[in-house]
Amino acid sequence: MNDLSQALAAATHLVVSADANLLVIVSRSLQVSFAAVLIAAAIGLPAGAILATTRIPGRQAVVALLNALMGLPPVVVGLLVYLLLSRAGPLGELGLLFTPTAMIIAQAVLITPIVAALSRQVIEDAWREYEEQLRSLGAGTMAAAITLLWDTRFALATVVLAGFGRAAAEVGAVMIVGGNIDGVTRVMTTAIALETSKGDLPLALALGIVLVAIILSVNLLAHWVKLIAQRHYG
Amino acid sequence: MLKNISFKNIYLCLFLLIVMSAQAQDKFITVASTTSTEQSGLFKHLLPMFEKKSGIQVRVVALGTGQALDMARRGDADVVFVHDKDAEEKFLADGFGVRRFEVMYNDFVLVGPKSDAARIAGSKDIIAAYKKLADAKTPFTSRGDKSGTHAAEIRLWKAANVDPQSGKGSWYRETGSGMGPTLNTASAMNAYAFTDRGTWLAFKNRGELVIVVEGDQRLFNQYGVMLVNPAKHAHVKKELGQAFIDWLVSAEGQQTIASYKIGSDQLFFSNAKK
Repeated sequence: MNDLSQALAAATHLVVSADANLLVIVSRSLQVSFAAVLIAAAIGLPAGAILATTRIPGRQAVVALLNALMGLPPVVVGLLVYLLLSRAGPLGELGLLFTPTAMIIAQAVLITPIVAALSRQVIEDAWREYEEQLRSLGAGTMAAAITLLWDTRFALATVVLAGFGRAAAEVGAVMIVGGNIDGVTRVMTTAIALETSKGDLPLALALGIVLVAIILSVNLLAHWVKLIAQRHYG
Repeated sequence: MLKNISFKNIYLCLFLLIVMSAQAQDKFITVASTTSTEQSGLFKHLLPMFEKKSGIQVRVVALGTGQALDMARRGDADVVFVHDKDAEEKFLADGFGVRRFEVMYNDFVLVGPKSDAARIAGSKDIIAAYKKLADAKTPFTSRGDKSGTHAAEIRLWKAANVDPQSGKGSWYRETGSGMGPTLNTASAMNAYAFTDRGTWLAFKNRGELVIVVEGDQRLFNQYGVMLVNPAKHAHVKKELGQAFIDWLVSAEGQQTIASYKIGSDQLFFSNAKK
């Protein structure tokens, strides 16, 4: 229990003193994970909607593949992106390895399947319910997909939040492609890993508490926005 | 009901966001280095001084020596700053480095539980201690990650004529991770471990662990620095990288290294050739 109370005290101190290092790390974490979740949503939501409303051959296989990709090990994603962006790799010319951009790419690869697979399920359920109605209104597949995206927006918000949570809590991939460079690619999770390595377990746990608090705040904010939106748009 | 969202605009914004986050500071170098220099806190002490003076930002990626050299071979670093002379010379011989500069040294120590089941505490003979460890079959945690420290540990086992792999699954435990995590494991299992002194001094989760063997000449640990060969990788920032190397071996750099202390303990001893 001693470690835990020490960690709580250290976490409180970090937050109250608005530790400059911590602020850099936190803002980098948020910047990277928000960008990744934006990309994942921009690709995953339309992909999920189209997959839900079209009936193409091999669709079941794609759905199964997408569901399986939700379990992609972050380290494998990190390694793939590393090999792509390394100077010896196909995209080496861009010099993106060990930059926040590399971390955004890795996280986006990791969570796009999650957003796509979960939104596919949500939209397919709605499609089953409204298919006849939408068809009678003369909606084509595309129009139906867009309509359903809008109709299920509150459920989809939760899907996107799940993606954000996974991105922000992930350490394996960003460690490999970011390199945990102080002030450049150090984020909450890699900072926690580093402090654990140094044997400073209370500080590591304190950073963990701060990370959980941040993810909680983002979720509360999203929940609050959802409540207000529901009141206005029903 | 249908909102006319322009997907094109959204994607355009995303693209801009990515490009914006990609625009980085121009004057920086990437240094592949070891966990011991990072986790001991040396870089936190050293780099601000250099950055202030030169205006060059030093981005350190801390890995084991083997991995750091691999990273440089792929062209993902401008400078390597590591501690495994044999591996460094091979790196040079293969044409990946320009020239090796010796920078500083510290030493390795053997740490173990206070209870000292192998009865080696206080010894100054690391080879004899290794023999006793193997005989006693007391738990020993090894890095097992091809780092400089791991390479030094393996050399000592060889000198002691012990094949630690025969103890795999029982007393010899490879963690496959950095020095810190390996010490964390040793601390939790009350095992012996071979570590550089810098990481040990900065390490906080010691539990029952203390230094049991130190002061043997064979525990000498030399650090070297090399510029990655621009002939192999044209994008290497040779002027900036060389400026960092020149500073490290300069009187000012050497003095800065020597002045790094934890409590009253000096962690690294500068020994660049004049």
